[in-house]
Amino acid sequence: MPQPRTYRTEAVVLRQTPLGEADRILTLCSPDIGKIRAVAKGVRRTKSRLGGNLELLNRVSVSVSVGRNLDVINEAYAIDTFSRFRSDLPRVSRALYIAELMDNFLIEGSAARPAYGLLLNALRWLETTPNLDLLLRWFEMRLLDCAGYMPELTDCVECRIPLQPADHTFACDSGGVLCPECRVSSDGALIPAPLNVMKTLRFLQRQPQFAAVEPIAVSRGALAAAERLMRTYIRHIVEREIKSAHFVSLTLAN
Amino acid sequence: MTTDASPAAAPVARLADEFNKLPGIGPKTAQRLTYYLVRMPEEDARSLADAIIAVKERIALCSRCYNITEADPCAVCANPTRDHTRICVVEEALDVLALERTNTYKGMYHVLHGVISPMNGIGPDDLRIQPLLYRLKDGDIQEVILATNPNLEGEATSMYIQKLIAPLGVRITRPARGLPMGGDLEYADEVTLARAIEGRQEF
Repeated sequence: MPQPRTYRTEAVVLRQTPLGEADRILTLCSPDIGKIRAVAKGVRRTKSRLGGNLELLNRVSVSVSVGRNLDVINEAYAIDTFSRFRSDLPRVSRALYIAELMDNFLIEGSAARPAYGLLLNALRWLETTPNLDLLLRWFEMRLLDCAGYMPELTDCVECRIPLQPADHTFACDSGGVLCPECRVSSDGALIPAPLNVMKTLRFLQRQPQFAAVEPIAVSRGALAAAERLMRTYIRHIVEREIKSAHFVSLTLAN
Repeated sequence: MTTDASPAAAPVARLADEFNKLPGIGPKTAQRLTYYLVRMPEEDARSLADAIIAVKERIALCSRCYNITEADPCAVCANPTRDHTRICVVEEALDVLALERTNTYKGMYHVLHGVISPMNGIGPDDLRIQPLLYRLKDGDIQEVILATNPNLEGEATSMYIQKLIAPLGVRITRPARGLPMGGDLEYADEVTLARAIEGRQEF
């Protein structure tokens, strides 16, 4: 059967790149198709009907024509604009960080229902939660789970013996924590994983819902160390720097 | 477009390659422009080449507002009849032209030369934000109009600047957002219409 020439899907706008006079190339995250790259024509003109609907990080319903190189967006309306985080800079910077992570982990043309659900969940929480950085760490952990990179934090990732409650080392290559014996023989990139960081990360790993994470008080030090570990691990996986992280650090949450 | 396999003469292929580097110009348009130039009278072609060289050699950035100018300070900054107590902050030099066409704004400008775009690695340090702070501290500025584009990155840039300059006690404003003139309400998108209703004014 021939492929249909147009399709309709729900999506979140992850990235926008200007194209030509008044067009943009959009990167969308869809539950059915994963990552979509499509052209939105004329959206930079003030009178464009599409423009306001296809704003960065809007949840939209789109009708798309299949193109030779890039698909073209025919119609779009916003389902949710997450307006409550848009007027707060620390929240906006974290929303952009979330979008960049999604863009890096998604694959074009491959369904991404759990990751899409996670994205919507995180954006909704971003509107209200006071624990912005805890939300980012939880999101990173859940996204690693969706992408099949969940770190091993309870047993030694090499010899599989259960880890004793102590300061350990995280091996990016193996995707988990090493016991003291295996650490000696390891020659890959190692990050210190102190006990309090391990506890924080293990807790995040066990919580599929942020509602259970939000009320927990995590010390600033443990959160910062967890951030360093997760960032290094993610950089190792996607093989590039997550550029938005710098702006997140410039817009500190209260 | 690669020159190696091109059946076109080397200078033609080279020019097409150069056009192809420009924003919004693909290989086909590059070819079309190139063949148009080939048929163009030599005089016109020289005039075009001179114009390109002149842009690079004679144009600089105004040391006050960072607008593109031939003389420093630029015509706007050097004009004593304009309102020197207001600064309108814009993303690009083209935005100055758009605002000047309105014939409504008579104040000064400050061109940022970009917008904070964290995903593309463009942060506040890559924009001309620091010189704006110096202008506000030194001069007798009473109002700053943050006229960045009404999208997420433009808004983020404005919020960032607002946070920096708020302690200076200057009045900070944003242009209104809402319905474009000459349009039909029926065809306005929901997001713009919602903003227009939120920002309604006494009639």
